Amino acid sequence: MTEPVQVLVRDKDGKEGAPFTLNMGPQHPAAHGVLRLILEMDGEVVERADPHIGLLHRGTEKLIEHKTYTQALPYFDRLDYVAPMASEQCFSLAIERLLGITPPERAQVIRVLYAEISRLLNHILAVTTFALDLGAITPALWGFEEREKLMGFYERVSGARMHANYIRAGGVARDLPDGLLEDIEAFCDPFLKLLDDLETLLTNNRIFKQRTVDIGILTKEEAIAWGASGAMLRASGVAWDLRKSQPYDGYEMYDFDIPVGTTGDCYARYLVRMAEMRQSVRIIRQCITRMPTGRVMVDDFKVAMPEREAIEKSMEALIHHFKLASEGYRVPQGATYTAIEAPKGEFGVYLVADGTNKPYRCKIRPPSFAHLQLLPLLAKDHMLADVVAIIGSLDIVFGEIDR
Amino acid sequence: MNKAQIKQRMRYWLGLDLLAGLALTFRYIFKPKVTINYPYEKGSISPRFRGEHALRRYADGTERCIACKLCEAVCPALAITIEAGVAQDGSRRTTRYDIDMTKCINCGLCQEVCPVGAIVEGPNFEYATWTHEELLYDKERLLDNGDRWEAVLTANIEADRGRG
Repeated sequence: MTEPVQVLVRDKDGKEGAPFTLNMGPQHPAAHGVLRLILEMDGEVVERADPHIGLLHRGTEKLIEHKTYTQALPYFDRLDYVAPMASEQCFSLAIERLLGITPPERAQVIRVLYAEISRLLNHILAVTTFALDLGAITPALWGFEEREKLMGFYERVSGARMHANYIRAGGVARDLPDGLLEDIEAFCDPFLKLLDDLETLLTNNRIFKQRTVDIGILTKEEAIAWGASGAMLRASGVAWDLRKSQPYDGYEMYDFDIPVGTTGDCYARYLVRMAEMRQSVRIIRQCITRMPTGRVMVDDFKVAMPEREAIEKSMEALIHHFKLASEGYRVPQGATYTAIEAPKGEFGVYLVADGTNKPYRCKIRPPSFAHLQLLPLLAKDHMLADVVAIIGSLDIVFGEIDR
Repeated sequence: MNKAQIKQRMRYWLGLDLLAGLALTFRYIFKPKVTINYPYEKGSISPRFRGEHALRRYADGTERCIACKLCEAVCPALAITIEAGVAQDGSRRTTRYDIDMTKCINCGLCQEVCPVGAIVEGPNFEYATWTHEELLYDKERLLDNGDRWEAVLTANIEADRGRG
């Protein structure tokens, strides 16, 4: 291998070879959003990578303090906008824990189904744009075709392709339309075929491997110490998945495996995400076969809005409808940290309720934030082009980092 | 060098990994195309699609909206402004119904809470404008939308009846 090119730069005293700073982003196509990266370079080698965040800050946490629980839910779609329903599910679970309610079985299965569809949405984007950053354009074109179909499933159930506002505290907003489950089932097989095709393009490809193998190695100890979760942690060899270790929404009833990597480099993270997609398809299939009948929302007028037919007939239902729509429901005093295995890792909500209809405090723990802080560690002593590969393999989204 | 290593070397020097990828992308040339020629062709949308807002009327032409202001109360983005008054027939009606479409986040809560099915998010998604002012909808505009889309709106609501 040839030595990296040494760019000699004179600093202001005229000394040669001093490190120079390189600004990458916030409008860099490989920055996955509005990441501003200050790179201290020694020639083409990165000595220090300093991520600057906050360009997409919208004050979500503060906004939520001024919204009722129902109104706060749409804001969660806008955190991880690559897999919107995952964040919704976490907030709904947090409210449910404080209220002490459990959604009906059908609602839980629908939630799991859509959580896994969200995982597919996320991993397709993560893997294919990662490949795109490394110069492979075809996977992105194929992957986005599948994403389009999955967003079609989102749209059919909720009415919106991305910002669904579908998973509510106490269940889901509406029942599934006719024919949707059959279409999701029909989606599975061709999708697995596409995953095979993606693997043909990438897994053994020499260019892809040269850019990813042994790049950005995260050891097991570092991964745990820096708070990595999700695919980042599993690629480093830790078999940790909240769906297995603290199941929610009935995940303990599904049969699936946790893919674990061994090397902890960018390539291992790619392999883990590919394997996770196959597991997600497995869970989706189980959801479709086990889909029970029944309600999709708790039968409790104090939390769930009455059905439209009931409003037209029953005075009591109408009164509850007006109270819920104008004031929302009251959540008893208490605090909870509820975490789910979002596609990117552990997505947590620390919710403090003071007994009113609005949260007192809502702290969001996004996985991307913990993963972005790994960047200086991973990028050190790598080449400039490797930084792009590392950012791609971190799978970060700025909606949830900046909040 | 054992057999597996020789095999690996051969694959590398013959470029089999690259050829496999090239053969695959070549096969994809003959697959049917999935792109559509927007704006002449459009993708399908479901009955639940949440697009541009509309205010509906009853079949006899009277407005559905009774100015209960539930949509105004539930709107997370504070995009709706309503003022109520008494109509000529003595019924409670809106004198003003404004939606700031630049604030609206299309969450669909307004149509969910409307007890009379007046405000709905219709199937229209092509309402981009050149100016900000054009997106500040007033009552006339919304009722006009309702009249224009009524047939589709009724069909969509009917297709989705009984599902909460």
